[in-house]
Amino acid sequence: MRPRFFALATAAAVLAGASLPASRAVAQDSIYVPLFTYRTGPYAGSGIPVANGMHDYLAMLNERDGGINGVKLNVEECETGYDTKKGVECYESVKGKHPAVINPYSTGITLELIPRAAVDKIPILSMAYGLSASADGNIFPWIFNPPLTYWDGASVFVRYVASKEGGMDKLKGKKLGLLHLDAPYGKEPIPVLQDMAKKYGFQLLLYPVPGKEMQNQGSLWLNVRRDRPDYIYIQGWGAMNPTAVKEAAKVGFPMDHLMGVWWSGGDDDARPAGPGGTGYLSLDFNGVGTDYPVIQDILKYVVDKGKSQVDSKSRVGENLYNRGVFNAMLIAEAIRNAQQLTGKKVVVGEDVRRGFESLNITEARLKEMGAPNFAPPVHLTCADHNGHHAVFVVRWDGTKWVKISDWIEPIKEEVLPLIEQTAKEYAEKNTGWPKRTEPCDKSS
Amino acid sequence: MHLLYQIFVDPFVQMGTAPDLLAQTLWEGLVSGVLYALIALGFVLIFKASGVFNFAQGIMVVFAALTLVGLYQAMTRLGVVNPTIGAYLALAGTVVVMFLLAVGVERLVLRPLVNQPDIVLFMATFGLTYFLIGFGEYVFGGDPQVMIADQLHLPRGRIDVHVFGGVVQMQKIDITAAVIASVLVAALAVFFQKTRIGRALRAVADSHRAALSVGISLETIWVIVWFAAGIVALATGIMWGARSDVSFALEIIALKALPVLILGGLTSIPGAIVGGLIIGLSEKIGELYWGPLLGSGIESWLAYVIALVFLLFRPQGLFGERIIERV
Repeated sequence: MRPRFFALATAAAVLAGASLPASRAVAQDSIYVPLFTYRTGPYAGSGIPVANGMHDYLAMLNERDGGINGVKLNVEECETGYDTKKGVECYESVKGKHPAVINPYSTGITLELIPRAAVDKIPILSMAYGLSASADGNIFPWIFNPPLTYWDGASVFVRYVASKEGGMDKLKGKKLGLLHLDAPYGKEPIPVLQDMAKKYGFQLLLYPVPGKEMQNQGSLWLNVRRDRPDYIYIQGWGAMNPTAVKEAAKVGFPMDHLMGVWWSGGDDDARPAGPGGTGYLSLDFNGVGTDYPVIQDILKYVVDKGKSQVDSKSRVGENLYNRGVFNAMLIAEAIRNAQQLTGKKVVVGEDVRRGFESLNITEARLKEMGAPNFAPPVHLTCADHNGHHAVFVVRWDGTKWVKISDWIEPIKEEVLPLIEQTAKEYAEKNTGWPKRTEPCDKSS
Repeated sequence: MHLLYQIFVDPFVQMGTAPDLLAQTLWEGLVSGVLYALIALGFVLIFKASGVFNFAQGIMVVFAALTLVGLYQAMTRLGVVNPTIGAYLALAGTVVVMFLLAVGVERLVLRPLVNQPDIVLFMATFGLTYFLIGFGEYVFGGDPQVMIADQLHLPRGRIDVHVFGGVVQMQKIDITAAVIASVLVAALAVFFQKTRIGRALRAVADSHRAALSVGISLETIWVIVWFAAGIVALATGIMWGARSDVSFALEIIALKALPVLILGGLTSIPGAIVGGLIIGLSEKIGELYWGPLLGSGIESWLAYVIALVFLLFRPQGLFGERIIERV
């Protein structure tokens, strides 16, 4: 028996040893891109189109181009249910696999991961969400939140209202409401709105919606009726958005005075309100529809081949789907840039951080990518991880979103000092927050 | 002094100066109360029949609503052109599905657990919840759906009642919801309190073994009760789905029943009704007049505070049975 045991043990050891280089080879042949998504739970209505858009663009690169510069992308989803605890579990499960970047897709999860990113050397991309102050690359070298922050968005809302009222001086005495999810994401624009309320003399009214009351907003709209705000800005997510639009329609709140942040502008946010939702406004920074070569390629290489999870082809090109596509384009371009900077084909988190930090997606590059006028050009630097780009306003016409404004710049003189100050405070509050040691690339 | 004024004087001044808003608040509270009562009723029915708190009631609401919309979409794909016919066929189909669910629960979950401690049955409803979540997501996907309110001819629009120098807006869908919920609550109350089945149901709740010994069919009672809870879930799903959308977020709505049950007692149908109305009215008034003092958004916990205050004086709830166990 004994010799047989040793023979088996030796064979097993040989097999195990042989398999090690093989698994390494697999790891080295591809770039690992985990996507934190939520296709289940109360926030799935917003999460599914974003997840589909991100997945389908990266899958298209694999199908059409064989990946990026010949290296396949190993795309893996982790279901968070928009739950911070599950998001952290996802992070812990993927961090050992050398991810190129982490996409938390939740401000709550992002806030939890910010302190870990520098320790684990993994960049975090929180595209137009997360901690606004993390735009300061000097204090947050591992966090990127282009193309604009929630503070930029809120300032665009104020600027839009002023343009409708006849100028910034006409804001005095107006009542602007913020209807927000009572969670870190929803509360994020409050500081900048409070600052602007003081400066421009408008009254800021806060309407928090607890997560458990997302579909039960009756009381809140009674408050709206009592307060009679002139305009309302919605910072909602998931089932909160369609309920808010429906309630507004029910009580007769003028739809052209109701504006959502870009995450409250999904097709499923406006559609359930029926004709009553016509006229609802949202900020936006990506094109809608399928009339872009990049979306046509997704249809050709992924959707038509049955490799997408969209339940209907008609959902390709919806607002949040295209938002997911743009998110994936940022990932891909950062990886491509990292390959160029390092000369390596297979890049990992540390390389991709450099790729993000000198990301420069010009209009010409967007055209090359098959996305002319699809999104704003994105230019990040060592110090500025955001860009504070302009957004435009879209209007729900009853069936689809229609662009109704030019690009509107954020009020940077309000936002930038607040970001600098808050980033510093963050570092001071978190004892032992590391000083930046990462060098800047020349192109950054 | 200012704080005392804000707590004890200002809200009543507001009520007096804007009586139309107060009337609107009372109306909204009434509608919410009836809808909460409807959710609570689903819990009460099953608790009365099996002594089990049915954790799966929330997901049954989602499952019923998704089945209705899913069947309607299937009818459309199959070529049923008339939306009204399609919608009512889907409604009938959903009733059948809820019946099959009741039979399935009785056969596969409850029957093997006869005479087991209540906590075992309670845990089984947890299992049922997660099964229905997974099964529902597998069949219907996670995308939110629009409730087929128009196809079911639920009314749109509102009635403006001019009173107290102002206006009270009454949504027609809310009036319909209140009427349907009231009729359903009344019918179930009569059915379970004035019929033989109702008495059998109470016997089953007291003791499975004793009920079996006097010839009551436990299986039949359980199927009837779970089916009735399924119908209540369907009505709840339609009404709440029409107010927002049909998605798994609706499951959270079931949590609104908990303070109602604490207040009304787990075994009382009238308790569910009165409890629902008290919670509905008080949370709306509390949120509007005292909420701003606490930063608003207080209704998610205010209902529990009210229920707990009641519990201090009546631990068995407003209409719950006082259980005296001899030792």
